[in-house]
Amino acid sequence: MANYLIKRILMLIPLLIGITLITFTVIHLAPGEPVEMQTAMSPKVSAQSRARLREFYGLDKPLYVQYGLWISHLARLDFGRSFAPDNRPVLDKIKERIPITISLNVIALILEFGIAIPIGIMAAVHRDTLLDRGISVFVFVGFAVPTFWLALLCMYLFGVKLSWLPISGIHSLGSEHLPFLARMGDMAKHLLLPVAIATFGSLAGLSRYMRSTMLEVLSQDYITTARAKGVKERIVIYRHALKNALLPVITLLGFSLPGLIGGSVIFETIFAIPGMGQLFYQGVMARDYPLVMGILVIGACLTLIGNLLADLSYALADPRIRHGRG
Amino acid sequence: MSFCRCLALILTALVLAGCAKGAPEEKARAQGGIYGADTLVTGSIGEPSNLIPILSADSASSDVAGLVYNGLVRYDKDLKLEGDLARSWEVSPDGLGITFHLRRGVKWHDGHDFTSRDVLYTYRVTIDPKTPTAYAEDFKQVQSAQAVDDYTFRVRYAKPFAPALASWGMPILPAHLLEGKEITKSPLSRSPVGTGPFVFKEWIPGQRVMLERNPEYYEGAPRLSRYVYRIIPDSSTMYMELKAGGIDMMGLSPVQYQRQTNTREFLARFNKYRYPASAYTYLGYNLRLPVFQDRRVRQAITCAINKEEIVAGVLLGMGQLAHGPYKPGTWAYKPKVAADPAYDPARSALLLREAGYVMGQDGILVKDGKPLSFTIMTNQGNDQRLKAAQIIQRRLKKVGIDVKIRVMEWASFLTNFIDKGRFEAVLLGWTIGQDPDLYDVWHSSKTGPKELNFVGYKNPELDRLIVEGRGTFDTEKRRACYYQIQEILAQDQPYTFLYVPDALPVVTSRVKGIEPAPAGIMHNLIRWYVNQ
Repeated sequence: MANYLIKRILMLIPLLIGITLITFTVIHLAPGEPVEMQTAMSPKVSAQSRARLREFYGLDKPLYVQYGLWISHLARLDFGRSFAPDNRPVLDKIKERIPITISLNVIALILEFGIAIPIGIMAAVHRDTLLDRGISVFVFVGFAVPTFWLALLCMYLFGVKLSWLPISGIHSLGSEHLPFLARMGDMAKHLLLPVAIATFGSLAGLSRYMRSTMLEVLSQDYITTARAKGVKERIVIYRHALKNALLPVITLLGFSLPGLIGGSVIFETIFAIPGMGQLFYQGVMARDYPLVMGILVIGACLTLIGNLLADLSYALADPRIRHGRG
Repeated sequence: MSFCRCLALILTALVLAGCAKGAPEEKARAQGGIYGADTLVTGSIGEPSNLIPILSADSASSDVAGLVYNGLVRYDKDLKLEGDLARSWEVSPDGLGITFHLRRGVKWHDGHDFTSRDVLYTYRVTIDPKTPTAYAEDFKQVQSAQAVDDYTFRVRYAKPFAPALASWGMPILPAHLLEGKEITKSPLSRSPVGTGPFVFKEWIPGQRVMLERNPEYYEGAPRLSRYVYRIIPDSSTMYMELKAGGIDMMGLSPVQYQRQTNTREFLARFNKYRYPASAYTYLGYNLRLPVFQDRRVRQAITCAINKEEIVAGVLLGMGQLAHGPYKPGTWAYKPKVAADPAYDPARSALLLREAGYVMGQDGILVKDGKPLSFTIMTNQGNDQRLKAAQIIQRRLKKVGIDVKIRVMEWASFLTNFIDKGRFEAVLLGWTIGQDPDLYDVWHSSKTGPKELNFVGYKNPELDRLIVEGRGTFDTEKRRACYYQIQEILAQDQPYTFLYVPDALPVVTSRVKGIEPAPAGIMHNLIRWYVNQ
């Protein structure tokens, strides 16, 4: 096992280098430079000021030097300073955005699994009944409706017409002066719509997957045996069938982990949530190289770690992988 | 906030969501929340980038900075220069020197006195090669600058330079907090200290910037207690926030202004304003291409375009026709330009025939076997420009010109097409500067790569008038130059000037004291008030 672990970790090193190289190349291939985006079409900017800005950001150096500088800083976990006019450390910018994004994604993920699994089971158990079809229609409506459109409609209904919920943002003005519980209530009301809509949109995949694995398990011989023995239907489903049907779903959960730091641009823009999606989008639009590369590298690392963990748990479960005998 | 704590908070919050009540809180929000009715909340699409004004170029930053800082001079409500931190100024008889007499008793928000040392520092840091600023150009014309005493500041220029005066509208920075420090790493970029009517209070990234009234302001304390910028990146969300009372003020689109805000309820809660914006939209031709080198072709295209139809269709009438690069109503704007080609398809056909074009079989004009066909490029994300291009396409088709439209992402548009001169025609816009100097966009020396005369327009007579206009402080003499320039541009049609859109702000009717003027509505913000 230790051997396997060491091998896997060593393999991460060339992968990481490859990732930084590709990230760097891709962002520099995009037309336009940060300086360009800040100064283009501005009558007050002369060629000298532009050259001065390029020098300030180190863009006048050859590409391989820029890459070398960036990677040597990165090795010391220094992500550099943003090329936006604020010139703040990239890590600070990411740090202030990441809590809200991860929190929202975690809540939506919990809700997604918490709702999709039961309704998937229900659909499987009541296969081809009105309930099954009703569930299918419900989840596919969620899947098919563009979330931004649904979001706007809900904002209009609950925010403008009924005045039940705030429309955007994550706090009310002055909420920091409220007592703790009231502040939480305020935040909850702000997040209700985004979380509900995000969850609604993501139910289809998982619930249909759950339904089909459940159906597969239910048609197996040992279930028939259990039923033949006279075991109660509830126990057949929840004790015997569910355990086996859940295994592949847990793999799905593993896959969704790296996605937790990525925010949806459209969603965050509509709800004015200051998350990672907006930050990344603005970074790309302004050609803010250090910021974009920083986010990509962090994302890639998380993906690598996620994969590593998934492989390790497989290895734990399956001795054939562990001993490399395929 | 650490991730775990944030998550825990949100989970608690969601549990509580069910029991939270909605309606009373909404009412409170509509009046500035717990801050009371004299807090004004405005919506901003973008987030400020840096609140040290010389380091940023975005409008959100300059909006906030404009309330926190002052310049030596500013434009008043009629767009005339007046003293701000400078009580008065004199231009020396040779037109080369300006002496500013500074206001006494002005204090920085931290209590320090404002003096000529601050002005000198602002000038020096702006021209310092180590400062990454885009605004050094005007100050580089300065030959010498000196603080004569604490309240007198003198600059000398190498040659007379009319835009010089306006360039001292640049926000003055506090020398006592910045001198000897690296300006790019200064905390002032996130929490500025100025002399202006509002004091910076807080900036919550991605959410809002809050300013409070400056009780010591030299013109008297503002009557509003707080001014809040809420960052709302989506314009439909912003509009819903306005209707729900989450913000008090925003700029409307023509559709919102004309079609969605005329209900009695809306008009009771909000006041709508309308005045020409400082910008124009144009169709520019690549004058390096043989087809556009013929002035008759350009004139013919302008004659074939019905600008009124564009204003009606694209702006729903919320704008005016443009004939030149100035804003209607300003002193440099010539109301009647004789040479301006009016909409006249018959004349258009005539001009094209004179230029040697004959009608081909497919309804497209042909000269020397080549069809008269070109592509209009515009940038992505601006629906108005795309619509205008489509209307133009249809009109030009009628006179036998084939037009294609190509929409492109801004960065690749600039780098791959504009900078390399690889375009035929573009549909873009310029902001109209407050000083009428046109050197950067129209002078023949500005046709190099990445320079703003990217269409390649060269006219020695125009060059002479531009230089003459910026070389004198005499408004009458300048006006004469700019009137002539407008005639020449109308004659030559290097651009087809299309329209000047209207700015359409809306403010809650709770706020009184707003006086619309040529400069807009923000000029007397400090005298806006709320009836309690």
